[in-house]
Amino acid sequence: MTDTTSETPKTSGTNGHSAPPPSTGEAEASHAAAHDHDHGANGHDHGHGKFPHLAHHFDTPQQQFDAGKLGIWLFLVQEVLFFAGLFCAYTVYRAQNPEIFVYAHYHLDTTMGAVNTCVLLLSSLTAAWAVRNAQLGEKNKLVVNIVITLLCAFAFLGVKYKEYSHKIHEGTLWGHHFNPEHELWELDSFKGKHPEAAELAEKISAIQYEGQAKPSRGNDAAPKAEPVAAVAAGTSPTESKERRIQRLLMKAPEEAIHPLVAAGIIKHDVLSTTGLERPPTAHIFFGIYFFMTGLHGIHVVAGIIVWFWMLTKARKGQFGPNYFGPIDYAALYWHLVDLVWIYLFPLLYLIH
Amino acid sequence: MATTTTTDFASPVPSATDNYLGNEKGILSWLLTLDHKRIGVMYLFSVLASFALGGLFALLVRAELWTPGPTLPRVDADMYNQFFTLHGAIMVFLVIIPGIPAALGNIILPLQLGAKDVAFPRLNLMSYHVWILGACFMLLSLVMGAADTGWTFYTPYSTMTETAVIPAAFGAFVLGFSSIFTGLNFIVTIHKMRPKGMTWFRMPLFVWALYSTALIQVLATPVIAITLLMLIVERAFGIGIFDPALGGDPVLFEHFFWFYSHPAVYIMIVPAFGVISEIIPVFSRKAIFGYKFIALSSVAIAILGFLVWGHHMFVSGQSTLAGTIFSAITFLIAIPTAIKTFNWLSTMYKGRIHLETPMLYALAFLWVFTIGGVTGMFLAVMSVDVHLHDTYFVVAHFHYVMMGGSITAFLGGLHYWWPKAFGRMYKESTSRLAAVVVFLGLNLTFFPQFILGSRGMPRRYYNYLEEFEGLHQLSTIGAFMLGLGFLITAYSLLTSLKKKFDAPANPWGGTTLEWQTASPPPYYNFATPPEVNRGPYDGYDTLEYDEKIKGYVPTKA
Amino acid sequence: MANLLFHCLSSIQAIPDGPPKLPESPSFLLPPQAATFAGEIDWLFNVILWVCSITTIGVILAMVYFVKKYGAKSRAANEKADKTSEHNTALEITWSVIPLIIVIAFFAWGFKGFVNLRTIPKDSLEVQVTAQKWSWWFEHSGTGDKRLVVPVNTKVRVLIRSVDVLHSLWIPAFRTKMDAVPGRYTDLWFEANQEGEFPIHCAEYCGTSHSDMWSRVVVLSQAKFEAWKKRELEEADNMPPTALGEKLSNQRGCRTCHSIDGSPSVGPTWKGLFGSSQSYSDASTLVIDENHLKESIEEPQAKLRVGFPPSMPTYKGQLTDKQINGLIAYIKSLK
Repeated sequence: MTDTTSETPKTSGTNGHSAPPPSTGEAEASHAAAHDHDHGANGHDHGHGKFPHLAHHFDTPQQQFDAGKLGIWLFLVQEVLFFAGLFCAYTVYRAQNPEIFVYAHYHLDTTMGAVNTCVLLLSSLTAAWAVRNAQLGEKNKLVVNIVITLLCAFAFLGVKYKEYSHKIHEGTLWGHHFNPEHELWELDSFKGKHPEAAELAEKISAIQYEGQAKPSRGNDAAPKAEPVAAVAAGTSPTESKERRIQRLLMKAPEEAIHPLVAAGIIKHDVLSTTGLERPPTAHIFFGIYFFMTGLHGIHVVAGIIVWFWMLTKARKGQFGPNYFGPIDYAALYWHLVDLVWIYLFPLLYLIH
Repeated sequence: MATTTTTDFASPVPSATDNYLGNEKGILSWLLTLDHKRIGVMYLFSVLASFALGGLFALLVRAELWTPGPTLPRVDADMYNQFFTLHGAIMVFLVIIPGIPAALGNIILPLQLGAKDVAFPRLNLMSYHVWILGACFMLLSLVMGAADTGWTFYTPYSTMTETAVIPAAFGAFVLGFSSIFTGLNFIVTIHKMRPKGMTWFRMPLFVWALYSTALIQVLATPVIAITLLMLIVERAFGIGIFDPALGGDPVLFEHFFWFYSHPAVYIMIVPAFGVISEIIPVFSRKAIFGYKFIALSSVAIAILGFLVWGHHMFVSGQSTLAGTIFSAITFLIAIPTAIKTFNWLSTMYKGRIHLETPMLYALAFLWVFTIGGVTGMFLAVMSVDVHLHDTYFVVAHFHYVMMGGSITAFLGGLHYWWPKAFGRMYKESTSRLAAVVVFLGLNLTFFPQFILGSRGMPRRYYNYLEEFEGLHQLSTIGAFMLGLGFLITAYSLLTSLKKKFDAPANPWGGTTLEWQTASPPPYYNFATPPEVNRGPYDGYDTLEYDEKIKGYVPTKA
Repeated sequence: MANLLFHCLSSIQAIPDGPPKLPESPSFLLPPQAATFAGEIDWLFNVILWVCSITTIGVILAMVYFVKKYGAKSRAANEKADKTSEHNTALEITWSVIPLIIVIAFFAWGFKGFVNLRTIPKDSLEVQVTAQKWSWWFEHSGTGDKRLVVPVNTKVRVLIRSVDVLHSLWIPAFRTKMDAVPGRYTDLWFEANQEGEFPIHCAEYCGTSHSDMWSRVVVLSQAKFEAWKKRELEEADNMPPTALGEKLSNQRGCRTCHSIDGSPSVGPTWKGLFGSSQSYSDASTLVIDENHLKESIEEPQAKLRVGFPPSMPTYKGQLTDKQINGLIAYIKSLK
């Protein structure tokens, strides 16, 4: 504490105390304009003529800033623990059923995830820059940096919206709503990474669903592909389906089989496999995916509201060397939102 | 004395416009106040109203258990299940968790720190508004067909039942944020707003206790928040994380739930330790024994409290290894708790003990909390817990701790600080009578439940074996006696509010800072910011009782 | 009083063979010891009881003594406390270490007992129990029963599953308990060392009739057990449908919710049910016939009677066609 309170006059008891108590450390925006007006009324506070943003119960701007800083850090700790519950659920299910995570992540669009990661990283940079601007009192640069941060936040939500609507269209949703349009081996992301495996799965599936409609919805390509597959596999149609599938698997190279086993499409005990099946609890991945990214999205929305609020304050030129706490706190919060995404991206999109 | 400056002893009753109760008028001046004392008072009355409601449900539960099977007209098993769920949820989320920290803590903590307010008054008010919102959701659940899941909300029952689980769970979720905000505010206040000269080891033990509590509030509550959110989403959208029908894991819910709810037990009891640590030295006229041990044992309990949640799950199917670790750490918590009890006793040794109401409650606390604590031993021993788990033995144990510990200490603190908060003395004889009735009722209600439990009576039972009827009836009589005790307490306290201010600044001879300002305190708490140059319980010799003002003043040199 | 009596009686009638009796026990605090590990657990319980009682009484006596001995006369007298030291590290460490040693001993004994409870012997008789709102169904050696019938002095493993919500199988006389968790198997074991009947309770809250989810364990001598098993297997083959239905309705928990005398309960009464016409939540009216009864047993939520909660679990796959026919025949017989 560098500066003790200049005075704390005793209330005389004659003034009416009708004005509301003065603004405080964590949220003075609404009070900022009316601040000077507030001063006289309560008598015992706001003797801080030098520091218009200093709340009555603090002695110095430094004390107020430190309190706010500790407060926001505690809030962030709280946020981390809030998300920790979900990360914990993720860990438990991934430990129990690793294959559903491998299986399901092919349904996510890594490119979009990567774009969003970059967007958020950029916004964190501008947020940090904004703090510097506020400290130096550079009003215009501050406004520009806040606007860029906001644009990034909207861009993030835009990409997220595209991803969500794609998933709704594809039927890759949670719980009973999980009804994927495409099977794993039909996905470009899977084909691109494991062409042999996709080809093998295509052949097996052709045999498996010979003469019947595929259970996945609206895919009429499978029956057409079937005789071709049978010929290509060099198997005789008179053999039982199980035998033909097992013969295929016996001949298949390791790099074709392994990705299918890892994704739970065929059994670990490869030779007992009689057909392809989706991991039965694959929908849990999407439950976790939507919950985590949804909750993160809500935090982004909250961040947007905060940044708009900061923008209003910044445009009024309220920030300067003695008062930059709110921008600092908003930026810290924004970094946390960014950080959560930095964990979510690899945990959900980049699984091996 | 702890200050070097003039105090307000000379003017015990502040003028009407000066004291915080009278400086502003109108309902909005309360609802939108940023004054920690007013927020504390609003919390206090809201908590007491919830306590009355939760108590009503407790009496309905006990009355229904007068005989096996149906007893009260129109109360069937489903309604009984709703009664005990509401009783538990209200008492835990609306009464005990905010009781001491948010109500008494808000009024007293800044005063004990010689501060003008908490660090974030606006957040403080928001925490109260959020609390009200959460309470409204709880009531909404009551109206929409009260939840019947037990306060634990165990899945998959809670995702399958027809009752209004979502409003109740959402209410608890919202109340969690109220608790987090209060905790966050207190930590920052204690770190950043201590007066000149108040080092960490010159803080009153109530402040230490609130600090430990606040740590748990900030670190554990978010986990229940996310858990309840998952439960709500599970119920509303069928997300499958906890639903075994969708491949989810109900035991995971138990883990998440107890990861918060065990530390929450310490949110409930640690502030009580703080209150008792204030009352005993003041009423024994002797500095507390082993200050540092008591202060640090609160922190130790707070930390260890995070590592023991699995002791609620010895028979849930968790691994033997996990159970073993949880059991071992559970025992470690017994140590700091035992230290406190012995230190309180040593404080009384060779003191000069005054038996006014707050001290009666403190003594009652020592008595019942010791029983509550040692019966925890049975439950921490794994092989014995397998038998006792989910029986009335557990019910008796945690009521001895929560009701006998937290509520008794809350009442003690309420009577101790009532003159400070409201500037009026209650009628001592009436309140003493109430304390005795509460103490007897408490033991009569819960002691028979130990025997019921160990003999084989499971908890949450509407119907029971006829052989248990006698013990159940004793318990029910005790419950109504408790109710009577609370009514007498309410009468004594509320009638005092009709009087003019008559409380001296320092009725009990306390040496912590709150006793150095007027009763009720002025809006700005202290005329001059106090400075501290000694420990919180030093200097009883420097005070003497003044018959005229019925309070303590500094000894004339 | 008469009213209360009536209520008690009606609640007993709803449960066919009445609640189990609390068995006589030599101990005031604990049930009789009917399994091998009960003695050890009770010994530990009593040790803790003694240690805790002595501690508690010590604290209370010290407190009362201090209040008497050091009680102040009045505020006005301004008495000063005697000077004592404000802390004493040696003393405080002493009263930290002594409890620590005691609790380490408790922990060790508790651990030993728990490992014994949780280590299931390999050569035990295996019983499968299915928990369902609100009844138990025990199956072993080809028999199925609402009660757990076991031979004395034999190690028994109970494999527990639940088809709906959490339950917990508790046999107080055996001092053992384990949750039934839907979606996974749990287990417990015991070796009964005393013949007789002992109560079984559900200890994990499971809804409306949680407190009526009782059963009993019947411990028979080896010879009687064999005889019981033989009779059970024969009876199941030869029983006429109505008798089979009546037996099943008691065993499989139907009567927890359905009365046979017209008294109200969680579900519709069976008295006069067959052939009656009833209204349904989709505003239709149906005459109850065999097909509808079969559907209600297998898919209880398919059609919901007005005025009753949709709380009946499905019995699809748990009852054979013969058993369902038996139940229908029994319901038909209740005019």
